Amino acid sequence: MIFATVGGQLPFDRMIRVVDEWAGTAGRDDVFCQILDGTFEPEHAEWARTLPLEAFHERLLGADLIIAHAGMGTILTALEVGRPVLVLPRRASLGEQRNDHQLATAERFRSGGQVHVAMDESELRERLANVDELTAAPTIGPRASDELLTAIREFVRR
Amino acid sequence: MKDPRKKVLAVSSGGGHWVQLKRCLPALEGERLWVATVEPGAASSIDCERFFVVKDASRWSKIALLRCALGMAWLLVRTRPDVVISTGAAPGLLALIFGKLVGARTIWIDSIANAGELSLSGRKAGRFADLWLTQWPHLQTADGPEYRGSVL
Repeated sequence: MIFATVGGQLPFDRMIRVVDEWAGTAGRDDVFCQILDGTFEPEHAEWARTLPLEAFHERLLGADLIIAHAGMGTILTALEVGRPVLVLPRRASLGEQRNDHQLATAERFRSGGQVHVAMDESELRERLANVDELTAAPTIGPRASDELLTAIREFVRR
Repeated sequence: MKDPRKKVLAVSSGGGHWVQLKRCLPALEGERLWVATVEPGAASSIDCERFFVVKDASRWSKIALLRCALGMAWLLVRTRPDVVISTGAAPGLLALIFGKLVGARTIWIDSIANAGELSLSGRKAGRFADLWLTQWPHLQTADGPEYRGSVL
């Protein structure tokens, strides 16, 4: 199953359109989109506006690929469940976010190799055309780095 | 005998801020952990002594910000923590500000999402954080914030 999610804050029609178009042309019947109050309603993919937390987690766990905005909640959760994740950053110029921090996040994570990144729709189409090449990064544990945990612990105990 | 454990109030808004806060909580094992966030459903995923739901806010809505500030001030007065820790955003900054006023020591961990520059709340938090952290080495400066690892 391919799971596309816009996260919990704002719709992301630009991403959902490309995913739905791909579901149609590739003849995939296993694509599910969570779209919030997006105005574009998928024609080929199954979709829901919101999902209860449990159902959301089940979708993540069952996904062969997670397609998402470059939001840290989704990225971290996807890495925790060890699924491949492909992100498209939101752009402030298109009214998708208040600032362009997702562009910086996406660039950094692309160089870190932990997530697959499409900077725009054409890149997203290209990555989806070769969907089998999108592999998962090693699963991360549920904790911050030891360095950060130690810094916090030492400060608290001081 | 006085309880040797510290009373720690951990605060964040939802989404990525919450996911990052959760990843920091193992550092607080053995302390008295009190948690405040914006999603009631978040309570089930953590183990803490007390759980509070606070109003979300951003600087884009003055009314929501005011409501959040009032709730946060009241929470800090009631709980009187030894330490306040936050991963952002606006509710966390407010918690640090009121935390300082009630004598708490404070930790700000700027979101790992801010890879290009510190968030606005993160920049403002510098004045109110005793431990002021960024999760990106290249954003560390001599005057702060410090880089001491990340949630990854």
